[in-house]
Amino acid sequence: MVWSWIPQNGTIIWQYTLDNLLLGLLPPLIGLAISVPLGIACARWRPLYPPALGVASGIYALPSLALFVVLIDYTGLGNVTVIIPLTLFSLCILLPAVVDGLRGVPEPVRQAATAMGFGPLRRLAQVELPLAIPVVNAGLRVAVVSSISLASLGQLIGVSSLGYFFIDGFQRDFPTEIYISLFLIILMALICDLLLVIAGRLLTPWRRDAGGISQAQTRAAEAVGQGAT
Amino acid sequence: MSFLNFAWNWLKSSAQWHGSSGIPVRILEHLLYSSVSLLVAALIAIPLGILIGHTRRGVFLAINMANVWRAIPTLGFLILMVILIGFATVVRIPVAVLIPLVALAIPPILVNTYEGVAGVDADLKDAALGMGMTQWQLVRKVELPLATPLIILGLRTAAIFVVATATIAAYVAAGGLGRYIIDGLAANNYAEVAGGAVVVVVLALAVQLLFVGVRRLVVPEGLRLQARASR
Repeated sequence: MVWSWIPQNGTIIWQYTLDNLLLGLLPPLIGLAISVPLGIACARWRPLYPPALGVASGIYALPSLALFVVLIDYTGLGNVTVIIPLTLFSLCILLPAVVDGLRGVPEPVRQAATAMGFGPLRRLAQVELPLAIPVVNAGLRVAVVSSISLASLGQLIGVSSLGYFFIDGFQRDFPTEIYISLFLIILMALICDLLLVIAGRLLTPWRRDAGGISQAQTRAAEAVGQGAT
Repeated sequence: MSFLNFAWNWLKSSAQWHGSSGIPVRILEHLLYSSVSLLVAALIAIPLGILIGHTRRGVFLAINMANVWRAIPTLGFLILMVILIGFATVVRIPVAVLIPLVALAIPPILVNTYEGVAGVDADLKDAALGMGMTQWQLVRKVELPLATPLIILGLRTAAIFVVATATIAAYVAAGGLGRYIIDGLAANNYAEVAGGAVVVVVLALAVQLLFVGVRRLVVPEGLRLQARASR
């Protein structure tokens, strides 16, 4: 470990950290934007879901490096080539989360909303989607953490990220760079994870004082989120 | 679809299918890396997961492990191991690659095994104990069979991870199918990159199908019937 390397290279470390963060955060956000409507459709029209889930789990099994190089021919050696596969991966995690979240809404709650005069759209927006937040958020956490760490692989096709220091450290046989980069990626991922946990709590204030039962439900929901991947 | 043209032209050339860097040899290398590391990881993670799930000791460790695991960048981990263990000799590279592969495969198997065993209905366990089962019988005859769907899921997740990481391992001079992608990129030979990517994709999908089959074979019939009924 050569500590002096850090201040000497502060500017590029910062630059690559930002690049990595952007590459890691965009895919789950785009994935979320696609998976919410898609998940709503799959929860409504049930026959749609098994094929969609099949395609998603097939895509999820593909090594990201293979997807990057398939896309090189179409989108070149730029950020988009990394963002598209990572978006697909996020989508594979988020789609089951959205569907499971919506399906997990208890039937009595749905009926109560209808009885109170909620139309289908209003019920979806004000009752079903908010109640699905914990499960969707569990999926989002998995997607964000994986995506931040996978973004570093973009460096293998020359897309800049903290992966730069892995490759540079390897070529120069200089472990310091690798330690720093590993540390920064894991730290970034865990900070984003923590922020999502906090955001999830803020978005679902009704769960805070519900105590034991809803805690157990979240844990079950998180297990589903893990399982979906 | 020039990608497919490139891939097809490369794949149909017979030179690709012979010799020590031919596709069959690379597939074998890839499968060898993947299966050895998955096996070692399973031998460590399944018993440990059962132990944690059954005794509820170390739950905190298991859950946090699952969270940190996805954050570990595989490329960095691989490179670090190779640098630390040393890549001077030929023998050491497979070992240096296997260590991170095993380490990355353990968390999904362990966490899912733990979730599966811990998730067994308390009433079922009471009934089993009430029937006079010992703790060991409870694990073997009740908890383990009920946990199989999640254990298989954990193995599948680990397999996805291992196959993908073994592809990247080519970067640190290991064998396997990633060689074509990495070498092709280095030599600006897009045909080789495309052909390699196609083989990797086919292999990854085949491994997935394998797990669908394993799931059919291993999951107890009662659970499958139940799953079908609740659908």
